[in-house]
Amino acid sequence: MAKVYIYKRFERFWHWTQATLIFYLALTGFEIHGSYSFLGYENAVESHRVAAWMLLTLIAFSIFWHFTTGEWRQYIPTFSKLQAQIRYYTLGIFKGEPHPTRKSVRNKLNPLQALTYLGFKLVMAPLLIVTGLVYMFYRTIDANNMVIISDIPLETVAFLHTLGAYLIIMFAIVHVYMTTTGETPTSNIRAMITGYEDLEDEDEDEETTNTQSKNTKTSEP
Amino acid sequence: MKKVVFSVIVFTIGLLVLLHVLYEPPLPNLGELKLKQEYATKPDPDVDHSLFPELQEEFETPQEVTEACIECHNQRHKEVIASSHWNWERISYVEGRGIASLGKSNVLNNYCIGASSNEQACAACHIGFGMTDDHFDFENARNVDCMVCHDNSEEYIKGASMAGYPDRSVNLTNVAQNVGRPQRMNCGACHFYSGGGNNVKHGDLEEAQLSTTRDVDVHMAANGMNMTCVDCHSADDHQMLGKLYSVSSSDENRLTCDHCHTNTPHMDRMLDLHTARVACQTCHIPTYAKVNPTKMEWRWSEAGKLKDGQPYHVTDTTTGAETYLSIKGSFVWKTNVEPEYFWFNGHATHYILGDKVDTIPVQVNKLLGSASDRNAKIYPVKVHRGDQIYDPETKMLIQPKLWAPEKGDSAYWKDFNWDLAAEAGMKRVGLPYSGNYEFVNTEMYWPVNHMVAPKEDALTCEECHTRDNSRLAGLNDFYMPGRDAHAGLDLIGKLLIIAALAGVVLHGLGRIAASIKNKEVETEEINT
Repeated sequence: MAKVYIYKRFERFWHWTQATLIFYLALTGFEIHGSYSFLGYENAVESHRVAAWMLLTLIAFSIFWHFTTGEWRQYIPTFSKLQAQIRYYTLGIFKGEPHPTRKSVRNKLNPLQALTYLGFKLVMAPLLIVTGLVYMFYRTIDANNMVIISDIPLETVAFLHTLGAYLIIMFAIVHVYMTTTGETPTSNIRAMITGYEDLEDEDEDEETTNTQSKNTKTSEP
Repeated sequence: MKKVVFSVIVFTIGLLVLLHVLYEPPLPNLGELKLKQEYATKPDPDVDHSLFPELQEEFETPQEVTEACIECHNQRHKEVIASSHWNWERISYVEGRGIASLGKSNVLNNYCIGASSNEQACAACHIGFGMTDDHFDFENARNVDCMVCHDNSEEYIKGASMAGYPDRSVNLTNVAQNVGRPQRMNCGACHFYSGGGNNVKHGDLEEAQLSTTRDVDVHMAANGMNMTCVDCHSADDHQMLGKLYSVSSSDENRLTCDHCHTNTPHMDRMLDLHTARVACQTCHIPTYAKVNPTKMEWRWSEAGKLKDGQPYHVTDTTTGAETYLSIKGSFVWKTNVEPEYFWFNGHATHYILGDKVDTIPVQVNKLLGSASDRNAKIYPVKVHRGDQIYDPETKMLIQPKLWAPEKGDSAYWKDFNWDLAAEAGMKRVGLPYSGNYEFVNTEMYWPVNHMVAPKEDALTCEECHTRDNSRLAGLNDFYMPGRDAHAGLDLIGKLLIIAALAGVVLHGLGRIAASIKNKEVETEEINT
C-alpha cells in the first residue's frame, strides 16, 4: 500500500463546491416547490437563482478542466468488470471479499461508478440545467412585451425540473453511503478532502489486499 | 506555513471581489420621485368666477345657471351630452352580443336592481335636471347639471327623489360663483354613496377618502400625495378616463396604474415581470373597505317583513350599519375585506333586461378573461352576492317598480307587494311578466382599484405562492410555482427517496452484521 495523491486541488474544490451548491439548490428549490417554508419564498427564489448561476460557472470551469487534463476519460464506461462490481456490492461485500477492481490515479472510478457518474453528467445534470434555464427565462410576455418562451407549458418545465431534483437527491443519498464502502468507512471521504488515499501498488499481489499497512511512506505526486 | 498564509490572502481577496460584484446599492426610484414632484404642485384656478358680471344675478332655477355657463363655455354642453355620465349608456361591441347600447338605463345591478321606473329617485345621480321617467330629453342642453360636478363651495346637493333637481335649500347664485375643477366631494356625492349609503357599492370608494391617511389610500391621503379623483380620472372634452365595469363593457378609454407608473415600476426585474399578467392592484390593494364597512350581500327575498303593519329596520350596534330594512331585505357588511381574484381582460358582459337566465347564480355582470388570454391580468374583485326577484316562466330577472311618491302606485317600497311591483316594472320596460315570481341567487363583480396601500403593505410572495391558503387558490387554469405541484410526481419522488434511504440503511446493517459474523469465523479459525 502507498499513499497516493489521487484527487487534485481543483478536483476537490470542484467536488465540494458542487456538493454545497447542489445541497443549497435542493434546499431552496423544494421551498419554491412549496414543500416547506424556511427562508421565505422571495429569498428562496433569489438565492436559488444566484446559486444556479454559481453552479453553472463552476460546471463551465470543470468541463474545461476535464478536457484539458484528459480526466474526462475516467468516465468512459467499461463493461468488462461491471457485472463483477454489481456482484460485489450485492454479495461479495457481505462475505468480506476484496474489491473486484483496483483504484488508481489513472483509474479512479470502478465501472459502476463511471457509468453512474456518466449518467449524472449526461442525463441528470443536463435535465436540471436545461429545464432550470427554461424555468428561469420562462415568460408568457416579457416586461417589454417580447415573447421569449411560451409554447412549452410551465407545468411541464416544472415537472421535469422537480423530477431531476428528486433523482439527484436519491443519487446524493446513495452516493454518500457508497463512500463508506472503501478500505475503511472514512477512507474515501478523507481522500476527497485531503487528496491522498492509501492505494495498492499497481503491481502488488492480490494476497496483500486484506492486510492493513499502517505506516506507509507518503509518496509525493 | 507560507502556503496557508497565501491561501488565506487569496481567499480573502476572492471573497471581497465576490461581495463587490454581488452588492447592489439601493438605487433611487427616479420614476416615482418624478411623479411625486409632478403631483406635489396643485393646479391653481385660472379664473375667479365670482368676478364675472354674468354670474351676479339671482338664479331662480338651475337651468338658468346652465344657460349662464353655456354663454361663455359655448361648446362644452355638447361634450357633456356625448358623455356616459349624461347618457347612462354607451354603444360598444360586446362579446357574444355584438354592437349594443349598454348602461344604467338597461342593465341591472345587485343593489337597488335597476333605474327603470324608479328614475325620480335614481336621477339624484344623473348630471341633469328633470329625469322623471323614460321620456327624458337627452338633447336639451338646458338640463345639463354643470354644478353637481363643478361646485367648489360644497353647498350644492341634489334633492332626494327630485328627478335630479338640486335641493331647495341650495343658494344657486353662490354655487354659480364658486365653480371650478371637480373636487373629491363632487365625485363622491354619487360614487361614495351609491347604493343608498356610504361605501355600499364599491367598497374601495367612500367618504373616509375625503381626508385619510397613507395606510388607507396612498394617493388620496392628506399626509400623502393628497390627490383628487380627477388627478387620475382626467376628462378631455368631458370624457372621463376610467371605467366602472358594473356598467361598462369594453376595454376602451380605460384608466390603469401604468398610465403614470409605467409597466416596469419596481426596482426589481422579478417583480416587473409580474406586471404582464398581474394587475398592480392585486398586490397593492391587500384589503378594501379599510375604514367603513361595505355591503357584501343583499337578500331581496327577505324584504317585506313588517312589525305591526309598519316597515322597520335593524342596525348593527357595533358598526352602525343597517342589517335589515323592510323595503330592501337583509344585508351582510364587511370591513377590511380580502378581495377575490379573477382574470380580467378589460371586457365585461352584462345581464341586460330581457335576457334569459342561463346560469344560476345569475352573473349580473361578468368579467372576461382567462390565463390563456394574453390580454388578461389577475385583478382583485369585490364580489357582491345576493338574490333578486325572477320570473321562473319567462326566465328573466324582473325589473320591479320600487319607488313612487305615494302608496297605491304599485311601488314595492310603499305597498310591499312584489306581484304588483313586478307587473308595473316589467310593463314600464316593455317586457312580459307571467304573474309568477321567485328569488334567484345573483352575483355582481366590482374590480377593486382604489385604497392602494403603502408599498411596505403590499402582498408578499408567500400570500400567493403557497401550497395552502393561497390568495389565488381559486384561479386554477395555470401553473403557479409554490402553489401547484404534480401530486403523482411528489409521491413518486418521496417513494424514491424513501427507497434510497431504506436501501442504504439495510445494506449498511447487512455489512455490519456480516463483518461481525466474519470476525467470529476468523477467531474460530484462529482458536481451532
